[in-house]
Amino acid sequence: MSRKVLLIEDEPNIAEAIRFLLTREGWLVETHAEGSDAVQVIQGANPDLVILDVMLPGKSGMEILRDLREIEDLQGLPVLMLTARGQSRDREMAENAGVSRFMTKPFSNAEVLTAVRDLHAQATRS
Amino acid sequence: MRDTLTGSRIRERRQIAGLRQASLARQVGISASYLNLIEHNRRRIGGKLLVDIANALAVEPSLLTQGIEATLISALREAAADAVGQKAEVDGLEEFAGRFPGWAGVLAQMHRRVVSLERTVETLSDRLTHDPHLAASMHEVLSTAAAIRSTAAILAETQEIEPEWQDRFHRNLHQDAERLADSSKSLVAYLDDSESAEDRRGVPSEDVEAFFDANGHHFPQIEEGGTSSDIDLSKLDSSAARSVTKSFLDIYVADARAMPLAEVQAALTGAEPDPLQLAARFSVDVATVLRRLAALPEGYLGRPTGLVVCDASGSILFSKPVPGFAMPRFGEACPLWPVFQALSRPLVPIRKRVVQLGRTAAEFDCYAYAWPQTVSAYDDAPVYHSVMLVRAVEEGGQDAQFATRVGPSCRVCPNGDCKSRREPSILSEGF
Repeated sequence: MSRKVLLIEDEPNIAEAIRFLLTREGWLVETHAEGSDAVQVIQGANPDLVILDVMLPGKSGMEILRDLREIEDLQGLPVLMLTARGQSRDREMAENAGVSRFMTKPFSNAEVLTAVRDLHAQATRS
Repeated sequence: MRDTLTGSRIRERRQIAGLRQASLARQVGISASYLNLIEHNRRRIGGKLLVDIANALAVEPSLLTQGIEATLISALREAAADAVGQKAEVDGLEEFAGRFPGWAGVLAQMHRRVVSLERTVETLSDRLTHDPHLAASMHEVLSTAAAIRSTAAILAETQEIEPEWQDRFHRNLHQDAERLADSSKSLVAYLDDSESAEDRRGVPSEDVEAFFDANGHHFPQIEEGGTSSDIDLSKLDSSAARSVTKSFLDIYVADARAMPLAEVQAALTGAEPDPLQLAARFSVDVATVLRRLAALPEGYLGRPTGLVVCDASGSILFSKPVPGFAMPRFGEACPLWPVFQALSRPLVPIRKRVVQLGRTAAEFDCYAYAWPQTVSAYDDAPVYHSVMLVRAVEEGGQDAQFATRVGPSCRVCPNGDCKSRREPSILSEGF
């Protein structure tokens, strides 16, 4: 069965590029561009990994992450967070909220692929 | 200040000189036990004995009798008042400062530093959070750069790429390049709208406030019959700041004509200003009186006086700061301020005593009034503005009143139980 990643990103061209990269790596990629219902979408999609933008319409990625970690079944779900705000305070807030990996824009494709591979490997081992 | 600490200073100086109590007592011809009582401030000392002790300690007698600096005591009092969850023994404050002047100085200095850092945090947090143009522009630029970098790398590095994907990425790249050019230009224009390299505040309202502060919120040229054109605005960095300043100066001109300085001075003689009486006397609305009172030269009103003007959205359009009453910019102030409450009761003059929680917990008398702006067409709904005069209350004054607790803004307000809180305070541990 194919590994599934849910990409929550409201910038269509970033989403398209990441979808292309991960599809080539054998991932099944689903995308979503809205923050307000993101938690329900994640629960419905049951992904192996989530890539989550911070600034989303409706609800911020930080809030989505906090809500996710409140749900027992999703506490261990790997979440790679993407943000244009790379200040240490933002990173700290993301870590406190339970992020698995934090990446600032603009990132390289290699960084995204490495992070996704690492997070998936860690989740599979545990 | 009554000096009760000469003994403490003698003890401190004796210890610095490395003298034993018995030795100093012998030198000045008194018993060690009597010196002990003096050093513990249980016997008053003066005259010849004080001079003898000062000579023995090789210091000026005034150094021993001089009271602890009032500023140090005052700083320690502020530190005690601001301490959260820690009750300081304020009664023993002078004794503490007398016995441990070094530590007292350190504590006062630390407190000043904390206050200064809090103010910086407040300003920066305010600016980062509420400069929507800057935040949105930066996000736009970085997100577009991310899309371009990712797409370009795919095109450059992928060996075999299907033609339809290739076409799509070329199209995306073109779109993003256009978008990046536009957003970069907009951002650069915004940041460069300043002729001064050393001052890039970037927010016109800050420049306007700085300009009025630099002039003490009073313009003699206008008082003498001049107009806003007589005021030199060339030092303002941006055209936006010059335009906003000019519009506030035009209001100043109108207020000054309606309430000439000499007549206001005559009306104020010997009495606490009553905005309602002044409005009747000059046949003007209360808003004019409140603005005019805030624009009087220093000393006319006796006590520090500030001003806040906001529009119906709650955005602060203009402010004159008053010590002890924090005024955040861009409108995210405490909703309990009378200036906002006046918006729900237009044309009703409001007077309310408030205490602003935070650093000083000082009390202020606030007069607020909301009034409609002129409309330009029939059936147009007027936009309301509200103005609030903020008068420091004399400490220990006779007219003790119940004071409403308000904050500066939710971000820096310590009142955890407030029902009007919009967001957690960065001063709370839970944030």
